[in-house]
Amino acid sequence: MELGLFKRRSDYEWEIAQQGAMRVPAIIYASEALMRDMDHKVYEQVVNVATLPGIVKASYAMPDAHWGYGFPIGGVAAFDPDAGGVVSGGGVGFDISCGVRCLRTGLKRPDVMKVQKELAHELSRSIPAGLGSTGAIRLGESEMDAMLAGGARWAVQRGWGAPEDLERIEEQGQMKHAKPGKVSPQAKKRQRDEMGTLGSGNHYLEVQEVTAVFDQDIASIFELKEGDIAVMIHCGSRGLGHQIGTEYLKAMAINAARYGIRLPDRELACAPINSEVGQDYLGAMRAAINCALANRQILTHLLRKVMREFLPQANLQLLYDVSHNTCKVEEHQGRQLYVHRKGATRAFGPGHPDIPQPLRAAGQPVLIGGSMGTGSYVLAGTRQSEALAFSSACHGAGRAMSRHQALKTWQGRKVVDDLAARGILIKSPSMRGVAEEAPEAYKDVSAVVDSADAAGLARKVARLEPLICIKG
Amino acid sequence: MWEHYEHGADIGVRGFGATKAEAFEQAALAMTAVVADPAAVAPLEGVAIECQAPDDEMLLAQWLNCLIYEMSVRRMLFSKFDVRVENAKLSAEAWGEAVDAARHHPAVEVKGATYTTLRVARHGDGWVAQTVVDV
Repeated sequence: MELGLFKRRSDYEWEIAQQGAMRVPAIIYASEALMRDMDHKVYEQVVNVATLPGIVKASYAMPDAHWGYGFPIGGVAAFDPDAGGVVSGGGVGFDISCGVRCLRTGLKRPDVMKVQKELAHELSRSIPAGLGSTGAIRLGESEMDAMLAGGARWAVQRGWGAPEDLERIEEQGQMKHAKPGKVSPQAKKRQRDEMGTLGSGNHYLEVQEVTAVFDQDIASIFELKEGDIAVMIHCGSRGLGHQIGTEYLKAMAINAARYGIRLPDRELACAPINSEVGQDYLGAMRAAINCALANRQILTHLLRKVMREFLPQANLQLLYDVSHNTCKVEEHQGRQLYVHRKGATRAFGPGHPDIPQPLRAAGQPVLIGGSMGTGSYVLAGTRQSEALAFSSACHGAGRAMSRHQALKTWQGRKVVDDLAARGILIKSPSMRGVAEEAPEAYKDVSAVVDSADAAGLARKVARLEPLICIKG
Repeated sequence: MWEHYEHGADIGVRGFGATKAEAFEQAALAMTAVVADPAAVAPLEGVAIECQAPDDEMLLAQWLNCLIYEMSVRRMLFSKFDVRVENAKLSAEAWGEAVDAARHHPAVEVKGATYTTLRVARHGDGWVAQTVVDV
């Protein structure tokens, strides 16, 4: 990206001054190196978002930002409903409430390495992954609606998990004000037998080892120590969320003119929060958030079953569960705002009442999934993040290379063999999928996390590296 | 004729044809190729699809999204298409077969057709139809 387009406000903060149709400035948080490599489309998209009605303070992009749909991936924007503010399907994304959950296990590296092969094999058999895979749970009409209203709380009531899991999930496992009636029959049909499935693309379940601790105080509150084994699950709301995203994108694009909204890009389709389409979307999107929370809860149940079989001493406890494709109502600077995070993680600072009591002094855990076979990070929300970007941080590495290019560059089998030589077992139904997700096709997750830490968006706590990866 | 094109995180599908309808068919084939080799998908079972939209471009997105829906709920892949387009209304048949992981090696599932780089236009003597699909 051309750095001359920005006013550099600090080492990690780059501003685009308000101009033309922009209602607020745009701000990107990243190191100079990440900024140079960033796609120019991020500039266009973060500027376009700044033109939307009712936007508050600024249009933001996180250090892992890349070209998205209307909003950049890694985009954050808050809207005030009383100032004509809008809600945008593109500001949430197709995979509504895609997110990461991290579980502590009480195990150490040697425990896993003793059974690594057998455990990887059994996880790949038990966790439905990839296109065409189905879960063991079939939902009828009334159960579907109960799931869409209840989220992970519904799953726990059905016996998939423990009540104490819920306090370690955003919204305590249940997004309120969901409207299952605003979810189309088609969206529900797509989800009928997809509960407890991982999906494909960049989704995964990984058994990981904590390889570095950067902040001892916070790590001890999070109960993470070097050599500990954790499990991370990355997935979202499956077919239901995708269908809702698709249908409301169309409804918002068609109705934008009726609401007097001029769209610089059709993909930015949005509707006033205080409108019929806006309210319907919010109700359906919240139902999709519940779907994602229930899905990760059921996957956790399947994971626990396998772990009990191979490592009966394991005690899988949730560290936290974050969603990085959402629009949520939050109080910021005394106002109720609708905060869109598209490929960005909520990152409440220490003391925030929405953080579970045992973690509150440390700040909210921010879970960053790396690419397959590299590394993932646990960060903690900071107090200054509130003023920087409505308490938000990055969400992952972000692609550095298209799938197309990755496929031309690597062979899936070789990627699997190379990682195996480094002690990392990859299980996937698709070698082509593995090639498209090759570690080198992603940006350096460490550079992204270092930028988030240095910018003050979130504090780096621990690094985790995979031992087993179940790819979708 | 179809091709894929670059998009940072995802992939673009582009179809060319002598007619608009043919370009839509080729774009659909390009979308199947995001998931698996279309040559490996036998056109055994036909599915009827109808949709409409305010303009040609939104119709293309709608057509691909209808296919994504059928792929998802039927767990099928499609390799042959017969599309008719009239007054921003589309009716079509898509032929394919059930996904067989061992034979098709599906790489990814397509989440949705987006409006990013969405374009339906005259191209030389024929038509081009393209958009980015989210995977």
